[in-house]
Amino acid sequence: MTQAAPTLAVRATAERSAATARTATKRRPNRRIVLNIILGLFAILWMIPVIGLLVTAFRSTTDAQTTGWWTAIGNVFGQHWTTTNFVTAFTNLDLGTNFFNSVAVTVPATVLPIMFAAFAAYGFTFLDFKGKEVYFAVIVGLLVVPTQVALIPVLQAYVAFTKATGIPIVGQFPAAWVYHSAFALPLAIFILRNYMSTLPVALIEAARVDGASHFQIFWRLVVPMSMPALASFAIFQFLWVWNDYLTAYIFLGDANPVLTQALYGLLGQYAQGWNLVAAGSFITIVVPLIVFFGMQRYFVRGLTAGSVK
Amino acid sequence: MQIVSALVSVVGGLTVSFLIYLGLNFIVGKTNTKWNRRLLPYVFIGPILVLLLGFLVYPTIRTVILSFVDTTNDKFAGFGNYVSLFTSGDFLSTLLNNLLWILVVPAVTVAIGLGVATLADRLGPKREKTFKSIIFLPMAISFVAAATMWRFIYTYDPPGQPQTGLLNAIWTGITHGDPVPWITIDAGRFNDFLLMIVVIWLNAGYAMVLLSAAVKGVPEETIEAARIDGAKDRQIFFRVIVPQIQGTIVAVFVTVLIGVMKIFDIVFAMTGGTYNTNVLGVEFINQFFNFGNPGKASAVVVILMVAVIPVIVYQVRNYRKQEVLR
Repeated sequence: MTQAAPTLAVRATAERSAATARTATKRRPNRRIVLNIILGLFAILWMIPVIGLLVTAFRSTTDAQTTGWWTAIGNVFGQHWTTTNFVTAFTNLDLGTNFFNSVAVTVPATVLPIMFAAFAAYGFTFLDFKGKEVYFAVIVGLLVVPTQVALIPVLQAYVAFTKATGIPIVGQFPAAWVYHSAFALPLAIFILRNYMSTLPVALIEAARVDGASHFQIFWRLVVPMSMPALASFAIFQFLWVWNDYLTAYIFLGDANPVLTQALYGLLGQYAQGWNLVAAGSFITIVVPLIVFFGMQRYFVRGLTAGSVK
Repeated sequence: MQIVSALVSVVGGLTVSFLIYLGLNFIVGKTNTKWNRRLLPYVFIGPILVLLLGFLVYPTIRTVILSFVDTTNDKFAGFGNYVSLFTSGDFLSTLLNNLLWILVVPAVTVAIGLGVATLADRLGPKREKTFKSIIFLPMAISFVAAATMWRFIYTYDPPGQPQTGLLNAIWTGITHGDPVPWITIDAGRFNDFLLMIVVIWLNAGYAMVLLSAAVKGVPEETIEAARIDGAKDRQIFFRVIVPQIQGTIVAVFVTVLIGVMKIFDIVFAMTGGTYNTNVLGVEFINQFFNFGNPGKASAVVVILMVAVIPVIVYQVRNYRKQEVLR
């Protein structure tokens, strides 16, 4: 609903917000200081949970059990800072394998729906066929179908398939890929079609006149031109799949547990020490945070483009 | 070894998917012009139609059918599953929780997002960027990791022991009383609200980013004009800015609403639905795995879906309206 040219709006304001800030200072300098303090405090408050986790991840078990994590900040040198939590998490708890499983689930579950959706978006934007509007309206409706709806039937279908053919599906990565892909499609198609419909039609028609097939136009012209939209959806989908627990838990389970599932298991064994759980959590959020900080700009753009979800 | 096999399956999966399109295009390319025109669109949209039918539409229908089956003896049960759900006090309490989530979380998330976006707009560009990154950061964190983080705030240690939860440390510090097991207090569904805070914390950044873009898109002239007419800051905000970004506000609200309706992970990880914090998403898993009752679990999902239908209708209508404007 807010596809109101996000990039334009963002650009316009980068310039404007500087101007607004300036006028605000000129008018009421005191108010600006107060505003800075309030927002600064708010930001610190907002970071407390993250700080608590980071601090605890580097504490020893005794420290973590006997004192609150905040005391460590006030007493930086009286602490036994340690990285053993991470070593233990990787060796004893086998988080390395979980980490790897998460990658094996997330990469195809990000690339596949984007490829599928890009093809479909091209079809919906540049080709004519019967029932096009109806199909697309259905896809818009599917945008909000909750993930839980299809879990049981799909799981049953997987099991039945294995019984009939002997090919195992549940516990294997493709089981999760396909499910993630299918549920990502409506939003991906929606965003990509919105983006593609802003591309210059004249260019595509010119390529047609020159004898290029639709398949060629798609790969050589439309996909490269749609890169910003593809990238922003990719980041979105990557984070979503990486952080997913439910789908991975149902379709991969204990055969190939991903990080979120391992972490959930850790939550139940706090006897091992919360410093260990914190280290485990830290490992799970490292990749998303890198993606987040590295590509924040695209991420924001993607959100602005896809706010319909 | 496992790494190799996973790598093979990743590469294989991607290649096969690509070959499907290539193959379809090749076959259609062999047909004559008339058929080519007719079939070509389905090279592009065919695979997704199959996926959506196979993994969304058909399973949804199956779920509805299954919700009318007594899966303990595989017999048609009519509305049996629904009756047994709606006559159970626990389930009604679950519904109440969902209702509370729906009433509180989207509204508060939008309010915080809008407030923060508007205030941050008045900071200098550099500070605004840093501030927004901080508010936005929880978006990258999974529900399970968030549950760990908030555990360090909400947790309870018996009286006399050192408190390792921030909330109890503050509480015992101020009142000198006994620590409180916050997450178990269900009087007035207090613990529900503690869980909601976590979800609001995770989502507010999303709301802020979208609303901030919208606030910045409000034409400066309209604000200046109001200021010249003597409008105060608050009047400008509610009478000039808010009406102009209404569309975005609704969009963000709906998005958060949908997320909250199917809320699962955070409750599952923090309480598992105990202490009267159960929600439909968790009840579904409980019925399915713990009670081994897919029929009843399906009924839970169907109830969830019926609740979502108005949002679907709204979405499609809205889309249609936009298409007319296009």
